[in-house]
Amino acid sequence: MIGADAMVKCLEEEHVSMVFGYPGVAICPFYNSILQSDIRTILVRTEQNAAHAASGVARTTGGVGVCAVTSGPGATNLITGIATAFADSIPLVCITGQVNSELLGSDVFQEADITGAVESFVKYSYLVRDAADIPRIFKEAFHIASTGRKGPVLIDVPIDVQNARMDKWSYPDSVSLRTYKPTVKGNMVQIKKVVKELAKAKRPLICAGGGVHLSNAQESLRSFVEAYHIPVVSTMMGIGVMPTKHPLYYGMVGNNGQPYANRAISDSDLLIMVGARVADRAVNQPDLITKDKVLVHIDVDPAEIGKNAGPTIPLVGDAKHIFEDLAAQDITGAYEEWLALLESYRERMQPRREEYADHVDPARFIRMLSEEMEDDAVYVADVGQNQIWSCAYHVVKKGQFLTSGGMGTMGYSIPAAVGAKLANPQKQVVAVCGDGSFQMSMMELATMRQHDVPAKIIVLKNNYLGMVRQYQHFTYHDHYSVVDLSGSPDIAKIAAAYDMDCIVLENMEHAKEAIRKFLDAKEPILMVCEIHPMNLV
Amino acid sequence: MTGEGNQVMNKRVFQLLADNTSGVLSRISGLFSRRGYNIESITAGTTADPKISRITIVATGDEKILQQIEKQVAKLVDVRDIHELKPSESVYRELALIKVQTNSVLDRQYIMSNADIFRAKIVDVSPDSLMVELTGDQSKIDAFLNLLSDYRILELARTGIAGLCRGTDGVVWI
Repeated sequence: MIGADAMVKCLEEEHVSMVFGYPGVAICPFYNSILQSDIRTILVRTEQNAAHAASGVARTTGGVGVCAVTSGPGATNLITGIATAFADSIPLVCITGQVNSELLGSDVFQEADITGAVESFVKYSYLVRDAADIPRIFKEAFHIASTGRKGPVLIDVPIDVQNARMDKWSYPDSVSLRTYKPTVKGNMVQIKKVVKELAKAKRPLICAGGGVHLSNAQESLRSFVEAYHIPVVSTMMGIGVMPTKHPLYYGMVGNNGQPYANRAISDSDLLIMVGARVADRAVNQPDLITKDKVLVHIDVDPAEIGKNAGPTIPLVGDAKHIFEDLAAQDITGAYEEWLALLESYRERMQPRREEYADHVDPARFIRMLSEEMEDDAVYVADVGQNQIWSCAYHVVKKGQFLTSGGMGTMGYSIPAAVGAKLANPQKQVVAVCGDGSFQMSMMELATMRQHDVPAKIIVLKNNYLGMVRQYQHFTYHDHYSVVDLSGSPDIAKIAAAYDMDCIVLENMEHAKEAIRKFLDAKEPILMVCEIHPMNLV
Repeated sequence: MTGEGNQVMNKRVFQLLADNTSGVLSRISGLFSRRGYNIESITAGTTADPKISRITIVATGDEKILQQIEKQVAKLVDVRDIHELKPSESVYRELALIKVQTNSVLDRQYIMSNADIFRAKIVDVSPDSLMVELTGDQSKIDAFLNLLSDYRILELARTGIAGLCRGTDGVVWI
């Protein structure tokens, strides 16, 4: 047995079913050993997308996504994918090949100090010096990635370590990390304080972030708010915690959110932020938020609490545990007046939008698409205007909404959809991107074709980098700079080149039939929607 | 960080116990630089257990920043413990090596007599310089350097402070 065999056995022990990656000499021992295993290997077309695809797996299964690439440029190409996962706290184990240990530090061919380079985007990283350490390191890596505040962990394995003989194999049952012990259970004293505040409050509001998904607390939160009639808003990463049409859900907050959701935040007298960073994109002037309200901040990461906004009641722990503990408390409080007020805001503050005839209207289109999509479908939004439209108009029923929220990485949706679809073959998976973000990841059509991944791709095409163009429209008075996407290929021809169907929708006239045809397709399929460039978010 | 936040800049001494892994110091210093925390000094050395390092960090910032420093450092996987070494409950020491230019016997006498008062040692002598070794807390070293303000300091090396809490109450057993 050699180190590379041990690496594969570790992945088997962790019940990893697929690895996304791109080989090179420095990771070849691993890719040779994995042939002996049932673990599926998926060749992506650029390394960044291996991390995004692994992220799609992690987010739709609740497990850890795994990718493996070679040293040097393979490893550095992975960085944006790792940073994207880090910003959204997505658990990944990223394996990189490395040059021979003895050559480390001598700038040989395809050597890059990847553990140094990713230092600020990983939860932890390892450079394996001795094959005997492989079982312990892998055990720790999966543990660190998937507990506490989740995130990516990188394991850099020099080729000689992969090739080194190992005399004995045993996989540890548990980790002994004396320095790493995340708090999971919420402090009872703090929980009692929250109960007291709920009794006093007239206008309580829960703001759910991505942490609710990560701790799998959606149901505990939902049953809690249903029992006590507490309204909920969400951050972008929290979309899907409540079904969009749930009577207690008042939409996404933030500068691209629903006006009535932001109004709910500012009018609330008790705001319970859970699994959210209270960052600038979600809350205007977070440091002033405690001026007129009691702020309860629930997060598994103590460093998030008080970072952007000083909470009245800090509550460290896992959201699921905390909502289960909260539900067991005796809570008094009646908020019917507050709910009626929020309902009136919702009616009154619907944004008015301009429609462009002869083009596809993104709002109507996305609403129509969601209606037709299966209840448990996975919707993957890319970054740009398409993301904001998706957030505003996609109606989540029982499915999931995935997007790159923290980092805002263009090109995320297609590889993430590939991962999501491979991990959930029975579910409908739809990626929605713009023509800019599509071109950042369109090479993955080959991955879809090669591995028979019938994910569905929608391109909202306006021939511009729309989000930046819109910014230049308002901020620089139509001085458009470097946002024109002229020269882009005919997407239908691109689809044909990969032997895929493509539906081109020019206006709303036959939208419904087109959507039906698109969703019913058994093979990978694309749909291009012509959007007017002045259609703004 | 705008608004009501406490803007008064404070200095705080933190003591860390961390696994003596390769890269632990760069993980800690990298955290300070990327989050824009001000670090005044950092010293590191092994404890009685060679697998564990004791690191003393002097940082400045407003109260909010200092709290963030403590929380973010605690989050690092290699860090076993971080806590403040409060001035009233701790001993701080810094070592300074000071090379002073001396042009006359009088110069030497002045420096040597002051060194005596400060319990400093003369560790090197050349025809035109003296090297003084001084140990103490930062204010003592600053005071000594003040006394030399009329002299030309050729080279100065300060280690930054190392510290321990007084007594046994604050000892961290790991």
